[in-house]
Parts: sequence; C-alpha cells; structure tokens
Amino acid sequence: MSERQILLEAHEVAKHFGGVKALHDVSLTIRRGEIYGLIGPNGAGKTTFFNCLTGLYRNEGGYFVFDGVKLAADAPHKAAEVGIARTFQNIRLFGNMTAIENVMVGRHLRTGAGVLGAITRNAATRAEEAAITRRAEELLHYVGIHERAHDYAKHLSYGDQRRLEIARALATEPKLLALDEPAAGMNGTETEALRVLVEGICRDGVTVLLIEHDVKLVMGLCNRVAVLDYGEKICEDVPAVVQKDPRVVEAYLGGSVA
Amino acid sequence: MDTLLQQLINGLTLGAVYALVALGYTMVYGIIGLINFAHGEVVMIGTMVAFTVIVSLAGSGMSPLLVLGIGLLVSVVVCMVLGWGLERVAYRPLRHAPRLTPLITAIGMSIVLQNVAMIVWGRNYITFPPMIDKQVYELGGASFTNVQIAIVTLAALVMLGLIYLVHRTRIGMAMRATAQNPHVASLMGVDIDRVIAMAFVIGSALGAVAGCMVGSYYEIAHYQMGFMLGLKAFTAAVLGGIGNLAGAMAGGLLLGVIEALGAGYIGELTGDFLGSHYQDIFAFIVLIIVLMFRPSGLFGERTGDRA
Amino acid sequence: MNDRLRKSAAWRQHWVGLLLVGATLLAVPFIAALGGQAWVRIANFAILYVFLALGLNIVVGYAGLLDLGYVAFYAVGAYTYALLASPHFGIHLPFWVILPFGAALACIFGVLLGAPTLKLRGDYLAIVTLGFGEIIRIFMNNLNAPINVTNGAQGITLIDPIRIAGFSFADTTNILGLTISGPQKYYFFLVALAIAIIIINVRLQDSRIGRAWQAIREDEVAAKACGINTRNIKLLAFAMGASFGGIAGGVFSAMQGFVSPESFSLMESITILAMVVLGGMGHIPGVILGAVLLTGLPEALRYGIEPLQRALFGRMIIDPESLRMLVFGLALVLVMRFRPAGLWPSSQRRRELTESTD
Repeated sequence: MSERQILLEAHEVAKHFGGVKALHDVSLTIRRGEIYGLIGPNGAGKTTFFNCLTGLYRNEGGYFVFDGVKLAADAPHKAAEVGIARTFQNIRLFGNMTAIENVMVGRHLRTGAGVLGAITRNAATRAEEAAITRRAEELLHYVGIHERAHDYAKHLSYGDQRRLEIARALATEPKLLALDEPAAGMNGTETEALRVLVEGICRDGVTVLLIEHDVKLVMGLCNRVAVLDYGEKICEDVPAVVQKDPRVVEAYLGGSVA
Repeated sequence: MDTLLQQLINGLTLGAVYALVALGYTMVYGIIGLINFAHGEVVMIGTMVAFTVIVSLAGSGMSPLLVLGIGLLVSVVVCMVLGWGLERVAYRPLRHAPRLTPLITAIGMSIVLQNVAMIVWGRNYITFPPMIDKQVYELGGASFTNVQIAIVTLAALVMLGLIYLVHRTRIGMAMRATAQNPHVASLMGVDIDRVIAMAFVIGSALGAVAGCMVGSYYEIAHYQMGFMLGLKAFTAAVLGGIGNLAGAMAGGLLLGVIEALGAGYIGELTGDFLGSHYQDIFAFIVLIIVLMFRPSGLFGERTGDRA
Repeated sequence: MNDRLRKSAAWRQHWVGLLLVGATLLAVPFIAALGGQAWVRIANFAILYVFLALGLNIVVGYAGLLDLGYVAFYAVGAYTYALLASPHFGIHLPFWVILPFGAALACIFGVLLGAPTLKLRGDYLAIVTLGFGEIIRIFMNNLNAPINVTNGAQGITLIDPIRIAGFSFADTTNILGLTISGPQKYYFFLVALAIAIIIINVRLQDSRIGRAWQAIREDEVAAKACGINTRNIKLLAFAMGASFGGIAGGVFSAMQGFVSPESFSLMESITILAMVVLGGMGHIPGVILGAVLLTGLPEALRYGIEPLQRALFGRMIIDPESLRMLVFGLALVLVMRFRPAGLWPSSQRRRELTESTD
C-alpha cells in the first residue's frame, strides 16, 4: 500500500481514565475513498477513539498521522481545520438556530469575514455571505432536508437531525467524515436512506469512518472493518472475513461460543 | 514575627466567618446551581435582628450570656424563615427559567432586603452593645480575645454539625443525592422541593450565626455590610471549589488568612507603594490566580461531596 | 402585481415607523426640557446606558459569557478621557482622539482579562470578572499616592466637554432662533452615536462572527467540532463588549465633567446586567428597552414618591431614597417572575421558554 493511498494512520493510540484503560495501543489505517467501519460491543472504546482523533480528548500514548502529517490535535477546531469532521452519538446541533444556520456555522472554518467586514458589510463580505448561504442550501439539498431549511434544528425529526448534523460536518470540507453511530434509533427505512447517503458521500470523494452498532449496516456498507473489544483492536479486515473471525464472535456473544 | 502570628490569628477569626457564609452559597449552588446573591443580605439581617434582641433585653437584668444566646437563637430562626421564604417566593417559580433569570431575581431580592433593613434600622452605623467583658490574652507577642476564641470554636462546632447532618442523616443523604442528579433522586423518592428548601434554610441559619459573629467581633453593624461580606464569602466558596462543602470551609479560612496577611505585609512587599487600603483586592487577586491554574477551585469538583 | 402592491405597503409601513421613531427622538429633548434640564440629562443617561447594555449584550447575550465586572471597562474609558482632557495633568486632547483611544485601551484590558480566564466555566468566569471590576475600582480609589494618578476618592473634576471646531457641547447656543442647551446638544450627539452602535450590533449579529457566538452559546463542543476556535471567538466578544464600555465611559466623562470611583461600583455592573436580562437577552430592541426603563424608573420614582406620600399620608412616612430602591428591587423580582425571558425577548427565546415548561 503506497503512502498516497493512506489517509489516516493511528499508531498505538492509548487513553486511560484513572486506572481504566479505555484504549490500549490501537493502531489502524484508513485508506482514501473507503468507508471504514469501527465496531465493537458497548464500552469497547469506539467513541473514545473518536474523541482522541478529533481532539476532544488527549491520548496519553501513540499518535495519528493524517494525510501525511502528524496530527497535533490538541484542540477540536484544529482537527476540523486539517479536514476531520464528525457527528455525535447523541446529536449535538445548535437547537435554537435554523437548519440552514447550522450548516452556515459549518462554513465558519473555510471563510474569513471578521468584525470589520461584518460592520462595514463591504462587497467582499457580502459576496462571502452569499456564497455561504448558497453552499449551505446545496448541502441541505444534498442530504435531502432543504424543505426544512428555515425550521429550528430542534424541531426537526430525529432522522432529519442526523442528516443535518452530517450536512453541517460536510460544510467544513472534510477529507474524513467521522460518523458516531448515525443509525442509532433509526427505523429500517431511515437506515436504508442513511446507507444511500453515506455511499453517495463516499462516491463524492470523502472518506468515511463509521462507528456503528448496527452490524448489518456496517457489513453491507463498509469496505473494511476494525473491531474493538475492551479498548483493544482484535481484528481488522474486509467484512466477510471479520464476520467469521472467532474472536469477534466471542466479543459479541460473550465467550459462549465453543 | 509577632505581626505574622497576630495576622494569622486575626485571619483565622475572619476566615471562620467567611467559611460559615461561604457554606450558605455553596450548598445552594451545589443543589440548584444558583449564585444566591441575596445570601449576604440574609447575613446582614441576622446581625440586625440579633442587635435588636440584645439591645431590648440588655436592661432586663438577664445574664449577658443568656441575652447573647437568645439574640443568636432569634436571629437564626428569623433567618431560617427568611431563607425559606426567599426560596419559596422568589426562586422556586423560576426553577425552569433561563439561567440568568434567577440570578437577576437574587440581585433584586438583595436590593429589597438592603432597603428594608435601611427603613427598619436606619442608614447609620449601629453600635453593638458589648455583652461580654472582653479579655485579652497574650501569646508569643500576639494578642487575642475571648470573643475571637468563641467565634472560632462556635464556627468549628457548627461546621462539624453540618458535616454530621450531610453525611449521617436521611436529609443529608437526600441532599447529596439531589446534588448529584436531581432527576434520579426524585425518581428514588427524594422530595426535591424539600431538599432545596432545606439547603436555603440551613444556609441561612449558618449565615445568621456568622452575622452574630461579625456583629460581636466588630461591634458594629450597617445595612450595607452584607454586600462585601457576601462577596468575599462567595469568593471563598469559589476558591475552594463551589458546590463542595469542605472546599467552602477551607476556602473561607484561607481567604481570611490571606487577607489578614496581605493587609499586614503589602507595604513591605511593594516598598510602600501600595498601602493597607488595598486589603480588599487580595481576595480577588488570589482567586484569579488560583482559577487560572485550577479552573474548578482548589478542591475541584469532588461531586460526591456536593451537598 | 398584487405581490408588489403588498410589498410597497409593507415598505410604506416600514418608513412610517422609522419616521415616527425619528420624530419622537427629535422631540424628546424639548419635551423633557419642559420638566427642567434635569430630565434631559436623564434622557442622556438612558442613552448612555443603552450603549453599555448593548456592549454587555454582546458578551452575555450573544456569546453567553456571564460578565459581572463590565463596569471596569466603562471606568477605563472614563478615566482615560478624564486624564487626557482635564487640568489634572494639564493635557487637553480633543475627544475624537481620546474616545477611540479609550475604546482601544478598554479593549486591551478586556483581552488581558479574557485571555487567561475565558476557559473557566460560566459562574467561575462571573466571579473572576466581578473581582476584576473591584480591583480596577480599588485602584482608582487609591492611586493618588505615592504618585497622584487618579486623585483617589475625590475623583477628577473640570473635565473638558466635547468640542467640535470650537463648538462646545457644554453651553447653551442659539441656532436659527432655537435655544439649545448643553444637555440637549449632548442628547443629539448621543442619539447619533447610539444609532451607529445599534447598526454595528445588528450587523455583527447577522454575520459569520455573530453565528459563531450563537453556536458557542448553544453548544460549545459542537461549535469546536465545526472548526470554531472558541477561545478566540469568545475573546473577540469580550474585546468588543469592552470597547463599547470604553466609548461609553469617555462620553460619560465629557458629559459629566467629573469622574470618581463611586460611579464604577459593582452595583453599576449589576444594574447593566439587569438591563440586559430584564429587557430580553440577545435581543437588541429588548436590551434598549431594558436600559431605558431601568434608567427612567428610579428617576421617575425619585420625583414621584415624595408627592405621592404627601398626597396619601400628608407627610413623609418612609425615606424616599430607600423606598425608591425597594421598588426597583421588587420590579426586578416581579419582572423575572412573570416574564422570565425578559420584557421583550426575541421570538426564538420566547418559544424556547414555553417549550421547556410543558
């Protein structure tokens, strides 16, 4: 595998809370253009891994190399800056802002108008604002909730909130989109729509890292899958192989497989 | 050397008072996250009530200690009722309001109480009648009085009582549970309204005790005295880690000592550039420095101890 | 066609509204003057508090940072003006030099205070800012020795009024047969400044920066994940708020001709905060209403209570000064009780509140 093909490399990432080891030297590689699944039982450390990657936590050991550069992700906004966008397991939208405003906030990073621009409203600022609005509208279209553009985020349905969160993340122009259990709480139809959306995002050139509980969704969607158990990576391969790995079966069924 | 010891003794006395008042802030904050700005005024009312009782009983021929005791008792009861009433009338209806709403209410109540006190007790300084013959003791060049001993002892006893209450009684357990998670506590059958009311009542009682101490220590009272006292005590609570009982006690003592030492040594420290009238800034400077390095106060947020 | 008609009707309404507001603003100083120049001064103070409340609104209302020491920046602006335009040091710089300088200085103070403390959680920030406000006040009170910088508690007197090309704002002049007093001149100066400040606020609110502030207030973690450098953006709010405070301070100095530490007590910070919250946090018209009401109410009470008591009881029963503050305190409590989101909240906040109660 050449250097160019690799987007993210995690090197023996370790994180503990007090005496509890949440991540135990986890290493994995994500290739450009793939959908990479991260699965594991509850409390296996998936979200902790996410939080380390996106700078929300500071990992005690190991490091990440993203796009050929070692991440100094000591602050979440820096992770977003280099091109890692994320969603949250328990949706975190700006509830009292409209859907389109939420996406517009996502454009913050890639735009530059400051206080002076805001006060004078010069031509450059007006053009930038127009571009922000246009891009936000496009993204709402893209995820299929443009009809709700002017509704408050908190008034959207659960599935639409998930989509809005994805649109907001895409607004930061990520190279890697990290989705934390996007299908949680969705019904079959919604999950299917989500699958189509994620596939589309990947086809449009954004690499996707997916944490998911819904094993069926992961197996059908991902190019490769890693399995975490008690903070350790026990397996990393294409879905077909992972599914049959005895350690994975054991992790999920609690060692009752003889 | 004698100044150091002297300042430590004075600081300890002052700190004991701060600690008692700080407990009132921290208990309420720990449970409902409200900075009860009116708490300083509750303390002031406590001082004023004690003053009125003592003055009116002074000529009755009762023993001075008994008069003091009655004054303290009446003041504690009045403040408990006041604290309960404040919560019931002003804060309870705002339980689900935006965060700053109850803060403004607290400020409003603070203004109301101050001006009620001014109408009742006048706008001048009130001199506390000295009920105890002041005895001065000498220790290694420093002097202290029996009033100071009484203040520190009483404060220690009251705090021990509070610790017992919070850790060994049913209501204490309910308070700790509510501080941790009000929703779950209510599911477990804890009467949240009662717990919150208790936090106010107990905090106000402590405030009344502190108020009586201030009155007998400085032998003076004023309707505006609660404001600065409350401010310092709140600073002490934050210094120790607001919401944390032990933190409030330690923060209060620490603040008292820092202030006393600061006032005693500021001239020497700055080559007489700053004089002792800068005393009041120490509290705040120490606070800012501590919070810069320990953003949740000295004793952090040991949530298990929040009451 | 119909649509265009409706639109022009809306426009006409818009303009009629603006004209009415403009006419009222023009008439106020002359109507107020009927009751004496004191009322014009009160109107001026109301506008000054509008500046302050709008400045604090950026910090509290937009960015959600509880600042209890806002008056410190007001003091910095006021003392800057006082020291650079009075016989105290014998320096007399023109106001258009000092006002921006005072604003910049207040801004620097804001950054100095904000940079190390903005990572603190809400209420901790509140007490630190409160402490900062007190520190500034204590220094102003005591910096008269060993070097006399602030003249201590006596304050600084004989501060130059605002002058534009020999036209002083302090004394009465006749323009086209109309007699305009000093306070009335200041009134128009203040209104002009207020309009500028309101426009700046509205524009900030509807900008990239304004959205970032709102995002931080809504959910800081999510805002960070969106790539917002929350520390810098909060600092920006702090600095902007401080600059407004600095400008207000400079104008205050010029208008009063006198400053002393007494004007910059904690109570002042609290009153400004009360204006913001009582009016409707984050909502510009609400904040303006809050500032005007809380300036006007105590004054109205000052003039109303004495005659009222005499009429009711035939003599003074309660000291009018304390009764006035008592009513003020009660008003705060009652408004918060019955309109928890403020007297004139944005439609958004009102909705937020009605939802949380059901």
